[in-house]
Amino acid sequence: MKKLLSGNEAIARGAWEGGVHFGAAYPGTPSTEILENLSKYDDVLTEWSTNEKVALEVALGATFGGARALVAQKHVGLNVAADPLFSASYIGVTGGFVIVTADDPGMHSSQNEQDNRHYARAAKLAMFEPSDSQEAKEFTRIAFDLSEEYDTPVLIRMTTRTSHSKSLVELGDRKEVEVKGYQRDFHKRNLLPANARKRHVFVEERMKKLEEFSNNFEYNRIEWGNRDIGIIASGVAYQYAKEAIPGASFLKISFSYPLPFKKIEEFIKGVKKIIVVEENDPIMETEIKARFPEAEIHGKDMIPMINELNPRIVKEALGVVGKPDDVDLGEIPPRPPALCPGCPHTGIFYILNQLKVTVTGDIGCYTLGALPPLNAMDTCVDMGASISNAHGLDMALRVIKGEKKRIVGIIGDSTFFHSGITSLIDLVYNKGVSTVIILDNRITAMTGHQENPGSGKNIKGEPTKEIDIEAIVRASGVEDVITIDPFDLKLAKRVINDAIHKEEPSVIIAKRPCALLYRKIKWKPLKVVPDKCVGCKICIRLGCPAISFRDKKAVIEPFLCTSCQLCKDVCPIDGAIVPDDSMEGLMIRDLWDLEKEMKKNKEEK
Amino acid sequence: MDTKTIIICGVGGQGILLASDVLSDVLLEAGYDVKKSEVHGMSQRGGDVISTVRYGKKVYSPIVGEDEADMILAFEKLEALRNLRLLKRDGKVMINDFRWDPLPVATGTLEYPEDIAERVSKKTKNYKVVNATKVAEELGNIRVANIYLLGVLAKEMDVKREIWEDVIKRRVPQKAVDVNLKAFAVGFEG
Ligand code: SF4
Ligand code: SF4
Repeated sequence: MKKLLSGNEAIARGAWEGGVHFGAAYPGTPSTEILENLSKYDDVLTEWSTNEKVALEVALGATFGGARALVAQKHVGLNVAADPLFSASYIGVTGGFVIVTADDPGMHSSQNEQDNRHYARAAKLAMFEPSDSQEAKEFTRIAFDLSEEYDTPVLIRMTTRTSHSKSLVELGDRKEVEVKGYQRDFHKRNLLPANARKRHVFVEERMKKLEEFSNNFEYNRIEWGNRDIGIIASGVAYQYAKEAIPGASFLKISFSYPLPFKKIEEFIKGVKKIIVVEENDPIMETEIKARFPEAEIHGKDMIPMINELNPRIVKEALGVVGKPDDVDLGEIPPRPPALCPGCPHTGIFYILNQLKVTVTGDIGCYTLGALPPLNAMDTCVDMGASISNAHGLDMALRVIKGEKKRIVGIIGDSTFFHSGITSLIDLVYNKGVSTVIILDNRITAMTGHQENPGSGKNIKGEPTKEIDIEAIVRASGVEDVITIDPFDLKLAKRVINDAIHKEEPSVIIAKRPCALLYRKIKWKPLKVVPDKCVGCKICIRLGCPAISFRDKKAVIEPFLCTSCQLCKDVCPIDGAIVPDDSMEGLMIRDLWDLEKEMKKNKEEK
Repeated sequence: MDTKTIIICGVGGQGILLASDVLSDVLLEAGYDVKKSEVHGMSQRGGDVISTVRYGKKVYSPIVGEDEADMILAFEKLEALRNLRLLKRDGKVMINDFRWDPLPVATGTLEYPEDIAERVSKKTKNYKVVNATKVAEELGNIRVANIYLLGVLAKEMDVKREIWEDVIKRRVPQKAVDVNLKAFAVGFEG
């Protein structure tokens, strides 16, 4: 049977068909749907791990026991997991181990454009590069067998376009594989230097054998066409090149590390010149040029290194078409993403903007607080950096330079669990005094609402222990801790203002569920009374997508408003913003009550 | 047959991904190879959304670059303009006459262009403006705007009407089948 699947769905399907027993991941665009889909198969055990390093270690542990395991993360997530990745290469596997990296050329949802094909070389691991969903499924399935046969973890490199494009996939059955069970193997799994030295010898031999596999792998294939141009391409770039110049000769690389040098040699001999078409870095190009210095090989002298490719760009680079039509369409206002109407983060950023403090930020929906009109985040580096950056900046300015304290780090609940805790301990331990705000919206929102340790539910939605953020903060040595409702703007302002003026570390937990957790509800919106609105634009500064400013008055779009009432609270005129009594519905502010929640927690304890 | 490209664009939350799912299903049933591409994540918080659907005998790339799309179906006016660079010279554009202010316009920093049709005509004379909200309101169900727009698109394509109707029947909630089919008909016959 054939089905239209996204690349991520196909990976999950391929893993299932390949007999996977266990999957772990931390969500991250464009990789998130891999584990979401894997968790739907009843014969596979899955978990959202606290971060990518943990996920990889947990999965490696499962392979120790002879289970087949998969981890999936976005490109920068593999940086977090890099330490165990390199060790896993030396250790090898017992149960097959597949590691998916989903890169983001074009940076649709990421802080950089790194090319994770480098990891295969650096960590000495096998790598597949699917170019569509069918291949994503096939290669994942094959990867488990390959992993066990060659005693190697296997990397599968996806990109935004292979992960999030749908194409037809022929479905297969599941291969039932037994969990082999645990057998102690000290020399293999305990990387004491004496053992590791021997394992390194093994790894080098393994890579030679994998090169043989690569030469014989049927999906590394030559498609002879016009012999004037020979294209070498991998991943989705193959599809772009195929579309750009279908008549040329092609060497399609599907297993991209180690490269199939025998096939490459045959291909080079059969064509006049080679053009390597690859997205981002010249990885294949560099290796092939080094191996065949005599051949005419082009690559990044023609194909752009920055941004993702598309068929048009490849056509232009190859000279198949000229420059695009130059039609002047005039100024087109951008449509940046924004915090949702009723987002619990909005009020906190509104206050931070008013207080004019320096804010070190982090990764999540709340990064949008950096954009106008909120403009309340100065930095965004990587998961967890808000707290450590705040501490370092505070050291430079307050301790070394003698200035007054004025730095706030801001981080989400999931990100705090991911890697904020160690940073917070560092801050306290090293006598930092910065203020940290944890925006606890009870879920991992940006990536599409995955459960996290604070949600009280696991990946399957089953109840589990709810980890108490406030208790962790106290145990980390912070004495000045308070949990507030971010819809209570007056309290929030007072608390933040107090905290930033104290010479001790402080943590404010702003707790309220993400607005999108109430998706199916019909709201009773607020409306602006035009006669009373004085056009001061104060409510506009919230950046709520439901409010706009037209003809010198604010207007609320009733279909978007969730009735968080923040605009009403900031409006200086009494009665200018009021509930729209002509509409039936609920108000988001009434749906959750911090006081009650805290009381309930206490009673449970 | 050469590979054809349809772009559906608009604002996050307008039901673009559902519409392109229906379109893909229809094309599959009509016997084509189909690839569909979209971007998730950051862009879904009220940002602009674009879904590319490509079909033909054998489709390679899931996306296209400038001057390569055959048709654009825009759920929001400004988004038609934003994606026009992807359209072939004199390709077809169907624009829903609906304005959704992006944040910089809502906050009064930038202006919403008033002359969208005029600007579109610089690249193609083949454009059509429809009012999905009006049609949906007349049919008494605001949610059928998408399916009406698909009807408008279907009229320009070469796929049997029955296939469209079958897929719509399968895809929409059971109790809303009739009104959706009506919405489709208004678009298709209009
Ligand atoms: S998804 Fe939730 S956290 Fe993210 S912007 Fe919307 S309301 Fe805020
Ligand atoms: S109450 Fe005001 S701030 Fe809240 S969602 Fe509605 S318009 Fe936006």
